[in-house]
Amino acid sequence: MRQLPADEASHQPPRDGVAPAHSYLDHGTTVWSWLTTKDHKRIGVMFLGSVLLMFFMGGVFALLLRLELLQPQPSFFDGLTYNRLFTLHGVTMVWLFLIPSIPTTFGNFCLPLMLGAKDLAFPRLNLASLYLYWFGALVTLFGMFQGGTDTGWTFYTPYSTTSSVEVLPVLVGIFILGFSTILTGVNFIVSTHLTRAKGLTWRRIPLFVWTIYGTSIIQVLATPVLAITLALVGLDAGFGIGLFDPQRGGDPVLYQHLFWFYSHPAVYIMILPGMGVVSELVCAFARKNISSYAAIVISTLGIAFVGFFTWGHHMFVAGQSVFDAGAFGVLSMLVAIFTAVKILTWTTTLYRGSIAITAPFVYVAGFIFLLFFGGMSGVALATTSIDIHWHDTYFVVAHFHFIMVGASLMAFFGALHYWFPKMFGRRYPEGLGIGAAVLIVFGFIATFLPQFLLGNAGMPRRYFTYPEQYQPLHVTSTAGASLLGFGFLIIALYLAWSLRWGKVSGANPWGSRGYEWLTPSPPPLHNFHEVPTFERDVHDYTVPEAGHGA
Amino acid sequence: MSPLATEAAGNDLLRRALFLPEQASTLAPQIDFLHYLIIVTTLSVGLTIAAAFLFMVVKYRRRSESDTTPRFTTPLWLEATYFGLPVTLFLAWFVIGFCDYVAFAEPPRDALDVYVTAKQWMWKFAYPDGPASINELRVPAGKPVRLLITSRDVIHSFFVPEFRLKHDAVPGRYTQLWFEAPRPGEHPVLCAEYCGLEHSKMRARVIVMEANAFQDWITAEKAKLVADNGLRDAQPPPGAAQQASLREQGGAVAARKGCLKCHSVDGTAHIGPTWRDLYLRRERLEGGGEVIADEAYLTESMMDPAARVVAGFRPVMPSYRGLLTPGETAALIEYIRALRSRDVTPTPSEGPVYAPASGR
Ligand code: HEC
Ligand SMILES: [Cu+2]
Repeated sequence: MRQLPADEASHQPPRDGVAPAHSYLDHGTTVWSWLTTKDHKRIGVMFLGSVLLMFFMGGVFALLLRLELLQPQPSFFDGLTYNRLFTLHGVTMVWLFLIPSIPTTFGNFCLPLMLGAKDLAFPRLNLASLYLYWFGALVTLFGMFQGGTDTGWTFYTPYSTTSSVEVLPVLVGIFILGFSTILTGVNFIVSTHLTRAKGLTWRRIPLFVWTIYGTSIIQVLATPVLAITLALVGLDAGFGIGLFDPQRGGDPVLYQHLFWFYSHPAVYIMILPGMGVVSELVCAFARKNISSYAAIVISTLGIAFVGFFTWGHHMFVAGQSVFDAGAFGVLSMLVAIFTAVKILTWTTTLYRGSIAITAPFVYVAGFIFLLFFGGMSGVALATTSIDIHWHDTYFVVAHFHFIMVGASLMAFFGALHYWFPKMFGRRYPEGLGIGAAVLIVFGFIATFLPQFLLGNAGMPRRYFTYPEQYQPLHVTSTAGASLLGFGFLIIALYLAWSLRWGKVSGANPWGSRGYEWLTPSPPPLHNFHEVPTFERDVHDYTVPEAGHGA
Repeated sequence: MSPLATEAAGNDLLRRALFLPEQASTLAPQIDFLHYLIIVTTLSVGLTIAAAFLFMVVKYRRRSESDTTPRFTTPLWLEATYFGLPVTLFLAWFVIGFCDYVAFAEPPRDALDVYVTAKQWMWKFAYPDGPASINELRVPAGKPVRLLITSRDVIHSFFVPEFRLKHDAVPGRYTQLWFEAPRPGEHPVLCAEYCGLEHSKMRARVIVMEANAFQDWITAEKAKLVADNGLRDAQPPPGAAQQASLREQGGAVAARKGCLKCHSVDGTAHIGPTWRDLYLRRERLEGGGEVIADEAYLTESMMDPAARVVAGFRPVMPSYRGLLTPGETAALIEYIRALRSRDVTPTPSEGPVYAPASGR
């Protein structure tokens, strides 16, 4: 491992300005030093690279699907390929991108910084989690390409247990990924409890930490249920135990209950961290304390808790009893109320602030707007009666893409831009950043607004061919998707460029008073030269600049 | 314009703006009403929030990098509003929606029953008194119809966008759905639950007929059925009724051809294995291996019994190749399939032996 500054300097491109002499990036530059690191920051960066790759793949699958849907008749693919593509798209985006996206990357990177800790509680476990992720991802992707799984990411029985395609390898892959999720979750929970610096009480920790904490609880509690369910499906498909197969006396709807018992909370695994990001970003760019810390914390924990009791809203038309439907409907409404409280609290935070329009702020605005409509469409679905019409149509597709892409992805990209200088010590071109962000928000609306209307018109999901009257809306949606793709391409290019040639950012380019900015950017190996005292509340902008920055 | 006409015009305007299809069932306008209510409220609240957001972005734009801002926390009354407003709205919508949902769930007593069987990738509709059709459901206008839906293989979902109706077809259980179409017309039926390769082509249509025309049609169908049954078997077995079902014919064939000398139908092993619960059983074979007793295997067992011999039995069954007509083979299979104590593929035309499908 080369650690001599002189040796390093010869490998670095000329820098403009002064980058911190010694950051976590300089402690060993070999591949080996990265692969064996126990530094949460490096692990976070490696996770970031991996999930971005997965996002790219999932995005390509999505564009291929949109391309096929330009025409009502088969055009580019045959039916089987189409069915495999949407399965690939779903599995990649849900398990390989969205679920790990924010916690394993920005959570990993920022949590110890925000807590004034040197690292997570279990650094080795953290690395194990990364390896499990890689291994699980490989098995999953291999399984899908090899076996040609065409069941959709939901693996509904008895189709998945009786169809001729191989589902077992994919299930094994997701099973492994689950362990990665659980390890990360455990690590975050323990770190939040045990590694907080002096003075960081539960009433003062940053809101991002709260959401990562809430998310981790869901991960640890729900993922085992997924593992059990997948194992049972595996036994059913591979050995014919027949638990979910009515021909052998099993019950396919039981599968749906087990699957959604995990997968509904999983939606909150995907959105809660995004809400945490937005809580940070709103404060940073409005230079304002959050207008109600308690409301955000309570609603975070409320979502994490109540999210476990809403899974039945996926089965309003599957033959569950009227009582069940009513109970699950009301509980789903309750989760939405927590979200509403958050949206109103963020908006109120702007009041009397000092608002800077930057790329991350555009993502925040996009997030709030899209989450609002995504959430309201969820409320509409939870009324039970309209769901009879909307269930399994494009309306549902649009609804969850508003939440999972509209909201989660906006938060992810907001976080990426906000913490890019923190991670790499360099800035991206702000003008380009704002332009791309605006493009993404409008591209998104153009893609998914037509899908709401398609659902209203009665277009079912997972349709390879479709009745002709739906074509105009499909064409609009595909046009929007290409805008989106274009926007992401721009972002990829300028971020890659900025990694090397971006302006050196300095410790705190945003003037943010989030705790993670109290140390240089990029942070030194052990995060702090000296541990800060955390005298002020997080995002307190009441007094002029003083004593901030290490 | 009269208030009624205004209402109709408003309904039509909103319906078109939202790309909703025509309202072809009595429940559709109710569903759409809630839809309109939610969309109008959502848009106005959304626009208000967006306006407030933009207003503040402009008004409180950053003036210098080192701006300080006062500490502000939401007062309690505002906090209460943030919570109370959505609670009230959501609950109100839920009450309206759930009332409709309950109405959906309970069919009127005088509804006409139709059995719907989904399979990859078609819909079969059967009326209790005999007639059946593929991918075409005929119903009378202005009369409630109850559909009893099941599937033969994987889960499908019966969806008529113009009725705003859908229900999953789950193998191994019957689920129910009802509707009343006020006017004659034709409406597409789609499969909404992903069911494999041809999922998107699993389409059918509902044809709503004038009540009289429907009566005429069903009478004619019944007459045809009787005639068909006469033709199906050129030499009807002595004693078998003309319009006997396939399954009954199978029982007669088994007796006539002597199968029952070696096979029992009550679960006891005889010279050959019992036929009770044979269909789809996992059969262990002489010399290792297993096979699921599906239609193909059953046919093979009759035509070439020595090909795969059931473990624990001697290969003494004669081949019936050439001795059974295709019609007789089908009847035998149908008969064996019917000998299941826990029938997962109920034959809808048997008539309404139906217990409401709440839960299981
Ligand atoms: C002489 C007695 C005998 C007669 C008559 C006979 N079978 Fe069999 N059958 C057997 C025996 C013994 C076996 C089990 C060995 C084997 O698989 O060949 C068997 C097996 C079968 C099987 C496979 C059962 C399983 O458990 O897998 C079917 C189906 C079957 N017979 C149908 C028929 C039909 C239909 C007829 C009349 C048309 C018939 N058999 C007449 C003796 C008989
Ligand atoms: Cu289907």
